[in-house]
Amino acid sequence: MPSIVKPLIPLATLPRNDLGLTPRNYEGAMSTLCAGCGHDSVTAALMQALFELSIPPYKVAKLSGIGCSSKTTAYFAGEAHGFNSVHGRMPTIATGAIAANRELHYVGVSGDGDSLSIGLGHLAHAVRRNIRMLYVIDNNGVYGLTKGQFSASADIGSTSKKGEANAFAPIDPLMLALSIGATFVARGFSGDKERLVPILKAGLSHRGLALVDVISPCVQFNDHEGSTKSYLFVREHEVSATDFVEPRETIVAHVPDQGVLAVPMHDGSQMHFRAVPAGYDPTDRAAAMHYLQDRHAQGEVVTGLVYADEGVPDLHELSGTPEGPLAAVPFDRLCPGADELARLQDSFR
Amino acid sequence: MKPTDIHDPGYYHQVVDCQWACPAHTNVPEYIRLIAQGRFDDAYLVNRESNVFPAILGRTCDRPCEPACRRERIDGAPVAICRLKRVAADLRGDVSDRLPRAPEQQNGKRIACIGAGPASLTVANDLLPLGYAVTMFEQHNVGGGLMRTNIPAFRLPAAVLDEETQIILDMGVDIRYDTPINSMRAVLDEGFDAVFVGSGAPRGKELNLPGRWDEVGDSHIHIGIDWLQSIAFGHIESIGKQVLIIGVGNTAMDCCRSSRRLGGKDITVIARRPRGFFKASPWELEDAEEEQVEILVNHAPTRFVVEDGRLTGVEFDILEWDEGARHSTTVGAVTLPCSDVILAIGQENAFPWIEKDLGVEFGEWDVPVVDETTMESTLPGVFFGGDSAFGPKNIIWAVEHAHQAAMSIHQHCQGLPVAKRAPFGMNLLSTKMGLSQWSYANDYNPASRQKMDHVELTKRFAQLDVEVELGFSVEQTVREVQRCLNCDVQTAFEAPLCIECDACIDVCPVDCLTITANEDEPGLKLKAPRTNADQGLYISDPLPQTGRVMVKDENVCVHCGLCAERCPTAAWDMQKFDLIVPYAGRSLPIVAVTSNGARK
Ligand SMILES: Cc1cc2nc3c(=O)[nH]c(=O)nc-3n(C[C@H](O)[C@H](O)[C@H](O)COP(=O)(O)OP(=O)(O)OC[C@H]3O[C@@H](n4cnc5c(N)ncnc54)[C@H](O)[C@@H]3O)c2cc1C
Ligand SMILES: Cc1ncc(C[n+]2csc(CCOP(=O)(O)OP(=O)(O)O)c2C)c(N)n1
Ligand code: SF4
Ligand code: SF4
Ligand code: SF4
Ligand SMILES: [Mg+2]
Repeated sequence: MPSIVKPLIPLATLPRNDLGLTPRNYEGAMSTLCAGCGHDSVTAALMQALFELSIPPYKVAKLSGIGCSSKTTAYFAGEAHGFNSVHGRMPTIATGAIAANRELHYVGVSGDGDSLSIGLGHLAHAVRRNIRMLYVIDNNGVYGLTKGQFSASADIGSTSKKGEANAFAPIDPLMLALSIGATFVARGFSGDKERLVPILKAGLSHRGLALVDVISPCVQFNDHEGSTKSYLFVREHEVSATDFVEPRETIVAHVPDQGVLAVPMHDGSQMHFRAVPAGYDPTDRAAAMHYLQDRHAQGEVVTGLVYADEGVPDLHELSGTPEGPLAAVPFDRLCPGADELARLQDSFR
Repeated sequence: MKPTDIHDPGYYHQVVDCQWACPAHTNVPEYIRLIAQGRFDDAYLVNRESNVFPAILGRTCDRPCEPACRRERIDGAPVAICRLKRVAADLRGDVSDRLPRAPEQQNGKRIACIGAGPASLTVANDLLPLGYAVTMFEQHNVGGGLMRTNIPAFRLPAAVLDEETQIILDMGVDIRYDTPINSMRAVLDEGFDAVFVGSGAPRGKELNLPGRWDEVGDSHIHIGIDWLQSIAFGHIESIGKQVLIIGVGNTAMDCCRSSRRLGGKDITVIARRPRGFFKASPWELEDAEEEQVEILVNHAPTRFVVEDGRLTGVEFDILEWDEGARHSTTVGAVTLPCSDVILAIGQENAFPWIEKDLGVEFGEWDVPVVDETTMESTLPGVFFGGDSAFGPKNIIWAVEHAHQAAMSIHQHCQGLPVAKRAPFGMNLLSTKMGLSQWSYANDYNPASRQKMDHVELTKRFAQLDVEVELGFSVEQTVREVQRCLNCDVQTAFEAPLCIECDACIDVCPVDCLTITANEDEPGLKLKAPRTNADQGLYISDPLPQTGRVMVKDENVCVHCGLCAERCPTAAWDMQKFDLIVPYAGRSLPIVAVTSNGARK
């Protein structure tokens, strides 16, 4: 825990976004995580992405479960709405919130323990429903908050801090999500913001649920030799599925002609992929799953935007709900009275 | 870019902006912390070590440290460094038993100092403790130089001046008052082992315009520095009602303010050039204007108007300047009535008493040829310092010249080459006291610069020597010391420890850290663009995991220590930097550098 709050230094040189805000306007409380925790870098990347997209903080809703990762929603966008739910229920709470107000930008932050163990079912159904949100998993292979037990993302044979090897097969959230209809799956690394920030920005612009698995080393319990989620391991075993130029930027000129794939996004912007391996197609679900499996078998960590499909409607579109937030629908329309209810029930008889 | 060599004391010295800008390298952050702790004696002595006259300078210093102060780049106003120096001096107790002393046994070497201004006094201060016999010749019956004769008592009370000059004289200077030196040859003939010329730049510049010499009887046209001296010695006690001061430097400010106290009612300072091009320090201008002195710009004097042998006014051309005030055109003329004129357009060196055949060479403007490092003239064994060396400067430069001259004299007297000089050294000591605990107050305090209170206008003119500045109150001091950013507590990095987690990069409140591929500028991609090329740029050795480098732009680091607090491996540490400044006769500095933490 730092001895002081990060001071507000009145520098005239701070950059400003389209709203006239500085990056400092996207900060939250001081982090209480361990010094060097990858999660703090993910938080910094999220702030950067929100700042660069000029999203007003009060238009953001932050949701989380339980874990060190889930604590991080307190550390950015202090002016935003937020709900720190119970263990594993972030996707559930998010579904309700999104149903009630489709106008906010939803950012869910969860952990590998939170999402892949207790919350696995909730995650799966949020993916199936394609609720419109950025869903970040700070993936460190352990339950950090409860002192470093293996989580469901730990690889077979990777060792704990004391040297004990994990015996159980890992759940790869990207494979899981792809297998149940996910429309946007990506993996980042907390130690590489240059590539993480564009992924988060693309996720924030996506039409439905954007699942971003971020390898985020637990510096306290899982950054040793024998870990496959350490800073060093990821740096030595990372392969990129894609590298891509962030959306909402007209820098197409910089993109090499060969191997570039432009994917129009729902909000009118474009995503430009630079496929790194020859012939990799981030719109081909089966190929993406194949690639993930293949690389994992080689002991490599695939990063980049692995799969995206902007053609699938989100939950609101599928359900035909009103354009505006339910919260703004006049009360007499939202609750048209006992007679209407009786009529409705009659129609089911 | 090449990795930065942090073992060169120059790198961290430059980070301490004030100490870097101070000609005498005063350890400012250290004395400010001592004031914050209420250790005024210690704060005074830290000052005295380098600048010798803390109480005097705490009132009068030209303070080159302040425009350099990092705080100015943060919130637009530097720390009131000079005022805090005065706090240390005013609140100190008796420090006499901690001051340097001359040894019982002298070393048999005799040094002559010509003049008893700050330069000569500093030479004596440095050499007496080494056993030298110092003989000081002063034309007046009192010491202090221009500090006594020209800086008015309402800025520098006599008691303050007396105390600090007396400390040195009491160390055992053989002071010869009322002894103007008229022949350098005669001094050299006395067989001194070395001679130090600290005679200042005593001649005020003339303005030879028509009418200058037409007055009959008492002249009402005065040379500023002579006129101020006459006031100091009590020879002048009044002036006419309408006073024109020609020139707008610091001497002009003292002249106009003195006029106000001697009966002047309608006082105008005349400047050739527009505002922004004045030589006077901003604070001196401010103080003069507070005393309702008028400043008239873009006027160039052309003639003194003398009627019936009496000065009645001055004729001026009215000028218009181009941007940058380089070229002017005359757009009109005006005569301003006056009872007195004071000329404050500069000073010159004058050495009519140094015979031209002694081997002491002179260059342009009658300025001696003096080596800027050793302060030696072209005649070995004869040294210059203060205003006598390179023309008028200020007290703190006089002190620094004298430190250097004293070092040279000491070398010279031992038969060692004067050019061989002790290097600067440094100590670096971790300030870490525990997890997120430091031995300095690392939090940033948003307090704004405290304003010095002045004696009320109605009261301050009652007597010539009412000191205008009241000094900081306890409350003001408490606030002002918190503004110091502890620039001497350095961020020290050890590349082999870094795991490139980005924690330091993310937490830095001013975005001055970057981990990036090593490129030469401008290819080096920094988190925040570099806006001040005068400030240091730290480049680490390659980092273990990726071979990239840690880069730190020193420009606006507030030394908050958050990088070190958030670093999981203690690759960053906050280390107190102590510049070891060489002085005459001090043994060579030891370089002691600590490493970062235990996890090595
Ligand atoms: C009006 C005015 C205001 C100033 N205000 C400030 C200020 O606020 N802050 C600041 O830092 N600086 C100020 N200065 C400048 C500062 O006073 C000088 O730079 C400084 O005093 C120079 O010190 P010095 O020892 O070289 O010479 P001086 O102070 O000039 O001392 C020289 C001494 O040598 C004596 N002397 C000269 N010739 C002989 C001789 N032949 N024989 C014997 N004795 C001799 C003189 O009588 C004098 O005592 C001011 C200057 C003036 C004119
Ligand atoms: C219902 C319930 N069961 C168990 C816990 C104990 N618990 C707290 S955090 C946590 C795991 C967190 O792991 P992860 O989501 O990976 O977060 P990390 O701390 O690693 O970021 C567990 C099991 C709990 N808080 N609530
Ligand atoms: S225990 Fe691990 S996950 Fe939790 S804050 Fe510390 S480093 Fe981060
Ligand atoms: S001390 Fe460290 S964190 Fe603080 S401003 Fe300087 S570099 Fe940044
Ligand atoms: S916090 Fe420490 S380990 Fe992490 S990047 Fe900074 S210096 Fe390196
Ligand atoms: Mg975890």
